[in-house]
Amino acid sequence: MDDVIKISLADANTQWVLLGTILLGISSGVLGSIALLRKQSLIGDAVAHASLPGICVTFLLLGEKSLFPLLIGAAISGLLATFCIQAISSYSIIKEDTAIGLVLSVFFGLGIVLLTKVSQSSVGNKSGLNDFIFGQAAALVGSDVKLMAGAAALLTVITWLLFKELKVLTFDPEFAKGLGLPTKLLNFVFLTLLVSAIVVGIQAVGVILMAAMLITPAISARYWTDSLARMIVLSGVFGAISGVFGTIFSTFGTGLATGPFIVVTATFIFFISLLFAPERGLLTKWVKRLRLNKRLQHELVLRKEGKSYQ
Amino acid sequence: MNPVEVQNLTVAYQKKPVLKNVSFTVPEGKLIGIIGPNGAGKSTLIKAVLGMIPKATGEVRVYDKLYRAKERVVGYVPQRGSVDWDFPTNALDVVLMGRYGHIGWFKRPGKKDKELALNCLEKVGMQEYATRQISQLSGGQQQRVFLARALAQDAKIYFMDEPFVGVDAATERAIIELLNELKQQGKTVLVVHHDLQTVKDYFDHVILLNINVIAEGPTEDTFTLKNLHQTYGGTLAFLEKGDILVGQK
Repeated sequence: MDDVIKISLADANTQWVLLGTILLGISSGVLGSIALLRKQSLIGDAVAHASLPGICVTFLLLGEKSLFPLLIGAAISGLLATFCIQAISSYSIIKEDTAIGLVLSVFFGLGIVLLTKVSQSSVGNKSGLNDFIFGQAAALVGSDVKLMAGAAALLTVITWLLFKELKVLTFDPEFAKGLGLPTKLLNFVFLTLLVSAIVVGIQAVGVILMAAMLITPAISARYWTDSLARMIVLSGVFGAISGVFGTIFSTFGTGLATGPFIVVTATFIFFISLLFAPERGLLTKWVKRLRLNKRLQHELVLRKEGKSYQ
Repeated sequence: MNPVEVQNLTVAYQKKPVLKNVSFTVPEGKLIGIIGPNGAGKSTLIKAVLGMIPKATGEVRVYDKLYRAKERVVGYVPQRGSVDWDFPTNALDVVLMGRYGHIGWFKRPGKKDKELALNCLEKVGMQEYATRQISQLSGGQQQRVFLARALAQDAKIYFMDEPFVGVDAATERAIIELLNELKQQGKTVLVVHHDLQTVKDYFDHVILLNINVIAEGPTEDTFTLKNLHQTYGGTLAFLEKGDILVGQK
């Protein structure tokens, strides 16, 4: 097995793919942790699913599979979905969770219909368009990774610059407004960053599982720290680790989709965090309680004995 | 020059007005209570004045100028229940948020801001809890952190939304002492308040609100049984003891 890893890691293309999945892990981890705290993880899920029709329409218009325009198309339909969700929940009696469910399924359904249409049509080279559903990192080439790297770096830098503003906006939006911050603009900027992070990841992770890359590293990171800055960094690291191992595992077999392996790795990290994190981990808590009970019992026994001597 | 002047303020959620033609003037350097039953629009009034929710009509002037949040003359203490206290941050960090308006875009709080924030925590008796995760603070301590954050805003006018709700007697005393201290420094403090029994002790000036302003003015002249009856509809049982509250027996 070692040989397999060595062989595949020495391959230049694999290195590109690895770099790509690391970067998407970082950017989705970073933005995912803010989305999680803003309780917008499900919007992320909707955006990811809703990017599919954008990809298909762009492909039908251009007749070729070139990543950059496809991602722009994905971003446009993803943003459109978030506007639909917001419009539905603010102008009707429908609540946000229902609106998310509606928009997600409608857009994804439309995407599948278009995908079927694409596969039946005679337009250009359509092989690989299916990969957007479950993700195929192996399909990434050097130029794709450069694009992803640029986007992921830009997203991380913008988040770092706006850290203070995003923090107060997330914790206490009314107070942020009271400070005179343009909260509407900031909300829009964040949403755009989130949509971009999702779009960067769909090629490798796929539209169905992309939301897991926003949620899982973030919630794992929350277990280890009570500081927002550290949570964001840790979430990025967990995302990167998931990207690396997911990619490596998926190279063991031919034609395996990358997304599921990345998500399974992220989930493994989550279980470790859930159990073993200091302070918050279940096992840690359990051991602590056991020790406390023992001590209390001990003290009780001592007290009783003390009494009986009197 | 009055610190706050509100003219014909109307706010509506959907079609129903929550505040209708509200006008009042706030005197400088006083503690002002905003009093009224549930659903009277007290919190809405604060939020509308601070521009957090849109006004249907009306004008808010702060020191004779149309109010803009950027000018940073107003500090705000929201209701404690309005945020998620499980947010990953500590008490000092929350107080530092009060400095964000002064710090400006992209920059981080510096040493001076941290010293000032610690100072504010000390004023509310919370300096030992600076690095404590906020979910591990009691309700009263969380309220004090919010107060310290407002102090860090270094404003001339303070709006506080029910700062006494769910705090113990000691915290309530600490808060009222702090409010009096702010008053001594010439600041104007408006407080949404529920407990009618303490109104006379705490406030110099009251605004009795129920969708409209029922009455406003110095507490002695305004906090009368007649006005209370009008504000609360006059049907509530506790108002039978109202004469005790307003001290007119």
